[in-house]
Amino acid sequence: MQRQGWLRNRRLQEAIRQYNRGRARKVWPHLLLKLMPANRFNGFKDYGIGIGLRIPHYTHIFEKKPVVDWFEIISENYMVDGGRPLATLDRILERYRVVQHGVSLYFGSAEPLNREHLRRLKALVKRTGTGTPWLTDHLCWGSVDGTYSHDLLPMPYTFEAAKITARKVREARDYLEVPIGVENVSSYAEFHMSEMTEWEFLNEVVERADCGILLDVNNIYVSSRNHNFDPYEYLNSVPAERVAQIHIAGHSKFQKYILDTHDHPVIDPVWKMFEHTIRRIGPTATLLEWDDRIPSFDDVHAEALKAEKHIHAPVAVAL
Amino acid sequence: MRLLQLQRRMARAVMQPLTGADRIAPKTDAGYIKPNDRLTSVERLEVYSRSYWFRVLDSLYDDFPGLRALLGQRAFHRLSRAYLAERPSRSFTLRNLGSRLEDWLRSNPQFTGGRHALALDMVRLEWAHIEAFDNAAEKVLGPENLLELGPSFRAGLQPYIRLLALQYPVDDLRIQVNRASDERGAASNASLKHKHGNLTRRVSRSKPEQIFLAVHRLDFTVYYRRIAQEEYRLLNALRDGQTIGRAIRSAFENSSVSTDEQRSMLETWFAAWAELGWLCPPARSKGKRLTQ
Repeated sequence: MQRQGWLRNRRLQEAIRQYNRGRARKVWPHLLLKLMPANRFNGFKDYGIGIGLRIPHYTHIFEKKPVVDWFEIISENYMVDGGRPLATLDRILERYRVVQHGVSLYFGSAEPLNREHLRRLKALVKRTGTGTPWLTDHLCWGSVDGTYSHDLLPMPYTFEAAKITARKVREARDYLEVPIGVENVSSYAEFHMSEMTEWEFLNEVVERADCGILLDVNNIYVSSRNHNFDPYEYLNSVPAERVAQIHIAGHSKFQKYILDTHDHPVIDPVWKMFEHTIRRIGPTATLLEWDDRIPSFDDVHAEALKAEKHIHAPVAVAL
Repeated sequence: MRLLQLQRRMARAVMQPLTGADRIAPKTDAGYIKPNDRLTSVERLEVYSRSYWFRVLDSLYDDFPGLRALLGQRAFHRLSRAYLAERPSRSFTLRNLGSRLEDWLRSNPQFTGGRHALALDMVRLEWAHIEAFDNAAEKVLGPENLLELGPSFRAGLQPYIRLLALQYPVDDLRIQVNRASDERGAASNASLKHKHGNLTRRVSRSKPEQIFLAVHRLDFTVYYRRIAQEEYRLLNALRDGQTIGRAIRSAFENSSVSTDEQRSMLETWFAAWAELGWLCPPARSKGKRLTQ
């Protein structure tokens, strides 16, 4: 399986090189779609463009039955024992493909994984049956000594933290029996004790854990503005063969920092970064997050589908 | 500094109460955070602290609208901040944030402004509402199981049903609060403020009246069903694993209800429970015989 992914990536890189040399001008988007739609970190599934499943859209989805490539669900919203949340999920699963995205596994917390959390998460994975080909959560911490912040707190980029985080990702994957992708978070603070950059830390964790990446392009943009780094240096360092999924979203700009609020359309610089990412790694399952001041279903879906234009945008820069 | 030490220091700083102006305390320990060209270490930490407090306060605000109406916005906010400072979340899900509020409120009556018993009843009802919404539902006992009905029969109660003995009719109050919140959007802000003030006054003037309540759900919607004291006792006894015979005896112990009336009441209750799907196999003997 690993070999197959490697070959796929080699052929893709060669195709892109040929294109950039002007020898494959017409074939590249088609070639990309064929060559790099999926990898072992997303269960070799080519999912296209999805949106987050949110309560204000339930009525529209059940009444209009819109065509959507896939929905991402927040796992914790459905890790309950019964009632409306699970009944709604079952109805969604009858018609749509679903991928689970978590917010509180806290791979980066120094304390061990919460067994009750894992048990409930596994029950949800089983409920979605073959529905979730991969599962994601964040590269962050949020609990200590059993107390929860319910936030995505930033990691110190140290080798000790990478080792602990990677071990927990492996433990979760072994227990849940589904490929796991870790998502880079937006951050507003950096630590004196860090020993590497964020992208080096991401690489260190995913290599040690042998896991996938949920690459949040908007989060890279937000953090780059908050910490004064070049977002393209980050993007160019991400191991392309490990990217299982991409997130895009909007954010809010304040006087002294940018906050990842998921309450606006995606801004142009983020779309440019998305284009660049697709050129590097090929078309990948992409999801638009919109969590606050949520517009109509059609507006959110239309914003997500803008990604298609960027996926098929002409190549302008060499790798 | 090791990872665990850093996380303990940062969690302590992030979760410490904000000042009255919703700012982080200026002398907060933030030496482990790098400043940048726009923000000091403490200001960077403040982004997380404010985010933490707004998130958990919002969650309680949404989960306890009845208590909010009863106390008024300011008192509710004070209570929420004090509760969360003393009992921060111990669960991976915000759904459980209010699970310890009743217990905390019992030892902190100063936050209920002289309406302690009423506030406690409202908290119990609102937590029961959350549990009734998404607790498990077991397989309903069907007619084939109920054929065995006799004194030695055991039946369980659906896990989503919550039984409450209350000193105030808080079910009516909570329904009024729900109705008022449904009206939002159709009225101007000024009119809403006026209505909310009236509601708070109405709710806080509520007179004591002992009631027994089953908080349950039907077609995924939560309902409050008033039940008789004997019915409350009987359902509790069944949930505790007693046989039907014993449960009935304990339900009518010291009751002035005549035997004929008891028979009639039991027929009515069992018919209603069967229709609502309240009975399920007893908790500890799923898949085993339902009789002794």
